[in-house]
Amino acid sequence: MALRLPRKDVVIIGLGWTGSILAHELLQAGLDVVAIERGPWRDTATDFLISYAQDELRYRLQHDLFLRPSQITVTFRNNAGQTALPVRSWGAFMLGNGAGGAGVHWNGETWRFLPTDFVLRSHLTQRYGADFLPADMTIQDWGVTFDELEPHYDRFEYLCGTSGTAGNLQGKIQEGGNPFEGPRSRPYPTPALKQGYGHALFAQAARELGYKPFPQPAGNLSQLYTNPLGVTLGQCTYCGFCEWFGCANYSKSSPQTTILPVLVRNANFEARTYCEVTRINLDRSGKWATGVTYADASGTEYEQPADLVILCAFQLFNVQLLLLSGIGKPYDPASGEGQIGRNFTHQTLSSALGFFDKDKYNFNPFVAAGAIGMCIDEFNGDNFDHGPLGFVGGGYIGQVQTNGRPIETTAVPPGTPAWGSKWKEALRDNYLSTVNCGAACHGSFYSYRDVYLDLDPTYKDRFGRPLLRMTIDFHDNELKMSAYLTDKYAEILARMGAKQVVKQPRKGPYDVTQYQTSHLCGGAVMGDNPGNSALNRYLQSWDVPNLFVQGASAFPQNAGYNPTGTVGALAFWSAAAIRSQYLKKPGPLVQA
Amino acid sequence: MYRLDRRQLLGSSAIALLLGSETARAAIVKGGLPWKPGSGDPPAAVTPGGWRYFTAQEAATVEAFVDRLIPADVLTPGGKELGCAVFIDRQLAGPYGRFEGHYMTGPFQQGTKQQGPQSPVTPAQHYRQALATLDAACRSKFGGKVFADLSDDQKDETIKGLEDGSLKLGGTDGREFFKLILKDTQNGFLADPIYGGNKDMASWKMIGFPGAHYDYRNWIDRHNQRVALPPVGINNHPDWSQ
Ligand SMILES: Cc1cc2nc3c(=O)[nH]c(=O)nc-3n(C[C@H](O)[C@H](O)[C@H](O)COP(=O)(O)OP(=O)(O)OC[C@H]3O[C@@H](n4cnc5c(N)ncnc54)[C@H](O)[C@@H]3O)c2cc1C
Ligand code: SF4
Repeated sequence: MALRLPRKDVVIIGLGWTGSILAHELLQAGLDVVAIERGPWRDTATDFLISYAQDELRYRLQHDLFLRPSQITVTFRNNAGQTALPVRSWGAFMLGNGAGGAGVHWNGETWRFLPTDFVLRSHLTQRYGADFLPADMTIQDWGVTFDELEPHYDRFEYLCGTSGTAGNLQGKIQEGGNPFEGPRSRPYPTPALKQGYGHALFAQAARELGYKPFPQPAGNLSQLYTNPLGVTLGQCTYCGFCEWFGCANYSKSSPQTTILPVLVRNANFEARTYCEVTRINLDRSGKWATGVTYADASGTEYEQPADLVILCAFQLFNVQLLLLSGIGKPYDPASGEGQIGRNFTHQTLSSALGFFDKDKYNFNPFVAAGAIGMCIDEFNGDNFDHGPLGFVGGGYIGQVQTNGRPIETTAVPPGTPAWGSKWKEALRDNYLSTVNCGAACHGSFYSYRDVYLDLDPTYKDRFGRPLLRMTIDFHDNELKMSAYLTDKYAEILARMGAKQVVKQPRKGPYDVTQYQTSHLCGGAVMGDNPGNSALNRYLQSWDVPNLFVQGASAFPQNAGYNPTGTVGALAFWSAAAIRSQYLKKPGPLVQA
Repeated sequence: MYRLDRRQLLGSSAIALLLGSETARAAIVKGGLPWKPGSGDPPAAVTPGGWRYFTAQEAATVEAFVDRLIPADVLTPGGKELGCAVFIDRQLAGPYGRFEGHYMTGPFQQGTKQQGPQSPVTPAQHYRQALATLDAACRSKFGGKVFADLSDDQKDETIKGLEDGSLKLGGTDGREFFKLILKDTQNGFLADPIYGGNKDMASWKMIGFPGAHYDYRNWIDRHNQRVALPPVGINNHPDWSQ
């Protein structure tokens, strides 16, 4: 029997980016909040120390800061005809664990989606006709618009201190920024980062080709900044040990550097670490949550009653907990019915390597930051005419090389032997003079009927609960898009002066061993009615109104950007609805 | 059940045990940031000398092997002198060698390439099996000589056979072992010297990586200039040991 603990107003499952934001917003509303976190407490002064933070083997290769598959993993297959097998060690994506979640070791690439991304199906149908979309593509509108989210994007960026150059200020296009972005109410809180040689050269070549390059919006701060909560971040030192690492300089936007110090000082807040929520409990009607059950590291079970449950466990674990708790109807790919697990997506990344003359070019790839880089947005979303191209979607393209860490930075021209003196020579001749960024083309991943999540029939976690099963593959639409973007990027590399360009378009089948990004989306999507979504426009469960589900699990499909700017904006948007509407009258905020 | 990190758990006055007892159960963070001086968790530097996992015979084979993957030439000393075999030995004796953190629950079954490795054989076990069969294969092919005693050309021929799959290693796949030892050797060659390889930061000097300076603000604007800083590692500086 689980030990029953005293009731709280709010229980938050997972203390990463969304958990921290929701905790803070609900504390401000005067509620008492407990956050249950699966991993350890982590902080800059105790865990990301400048004397050993720059350890590529430990943090990058051996995943020291991440969740361990031995604790919990997922199973994977390309299609329903295969037997899914467990992901025994991470590959295609990485998962956060511990206070701060993946905000600890993200890059900090802090983007907004395009206004048309939020009304994707209506927009594309209107422009190209309904027949233009593949029959099995299940994209849909979000139920919330860019204009509604703008103030909340703004709040997330000012919380983070994001460094960037505005491209559209209240409708006026700004020189040097992204002219395709939706109108923003005010400039970025801090100016853009400086750029390295390779990044600057990309911008120059892109400009020569008629594009409008702009600095990538960065959660690596260009200067000292104090956020609205009174927490101060330091200046990024371009250390080049950023994504996969904690920042020892307090310069990367993360829950640690923006919110957690304020949370822990609030008498109404408490975090319980090394505690994993195993179930969201419902009352007898099945329509109201009574709290959660969790287990600590010894396996001892506790029941935490609460009036309001906020699920912030990251996309995969949000979906898994919904399925394990019997909330909502599991998705059935045969009938297309059921919402939990539906419209699962990832990202379609591709790149090209640019080898330059070593006697003329020295890029110092190690002088960099997680979100440094120059980008163009001409080929994102529907910023270009897809009519003649036969696909939809796109992505930003950029020279966004984040590091020159030696083990990862070993690209050599094709045909080079894999070992011996010839390999060493090639390494020496190319390390400083190669443009090598895996994430150059940040392609979208639209949703399909046969890409989904459900519970695995065979494999279990350490508590004996079924693992989540991913069924996912690339569709022709995404592979065509990737080839197109990769060609565009390769043209810019050639214009920069590369003597050899090696294209690396994304190829199917989806491979769970190849790192793309950690941007898994969907599975509990938001929408305008319970027939097309698990959540309403405020991220409130249609089935259990005192449950709000945060994070990218709400994305009906993934856009050609990193997700966290939008995840943060949605968190503030959802919190605002809870504060201004839900708390006054607990119940559904949208009538089904 | 994963192991509880007591340092993380007990390292602070702001952390209290939820239900105080001799078994640490869960930690509460409340009232302030948990912090205690000296509570970091730096890596333990590899101490040279002796083998922690390999037998003397295995060590001889691995030293010979890494010396061909990273041969001594004008660029750097060979893999053996740089400590690549010591690096692998220490890695195999530690969490890496036993797949710590991997999901190790069955059933184990072969899947597609896209589904990733599914073998329950740990890296440490893989080396043990492969090294024994490698010597057996060399003995039968090269008149009773084990790998370490072959000429450089014979060693290279053997390694190429593993690489292209023409040389099978008894029960284990030669190509899989080749990939494993190549990756481990190159990791040792390129990783911070604290882990036993990359002696004197030889590889970093070779490619022009100045190491872990952690502050390049003075260099971000100096486009196309070689960074004129001597390389530095987590624990040392090549000049300090001279
Ligand atoms: C290497 C890497 C680089 C990235 N780079 C970028 C980038 O540049 N730009 C960008 O936009 N995004 C990036 N991301 C993604 C970004 O980190 C996530 O979008 C963001 O952290 C999601 O916030 P979240 O709150 O949904 O989840 P998280 O921040 O992951 O937090 C979830 C928390 O819930 C906890 N949890 C899970 N299950 C349970 C349970 N059952 N009980 C208790 N606790 C639980 C986890 O331990 C974790 O702490 C990156 C991610 C990674 C891994
Ligand atoms: S690159 Fe900048 S933000 Fe990233 S870890 Fe280094 S100092 Fe911190």
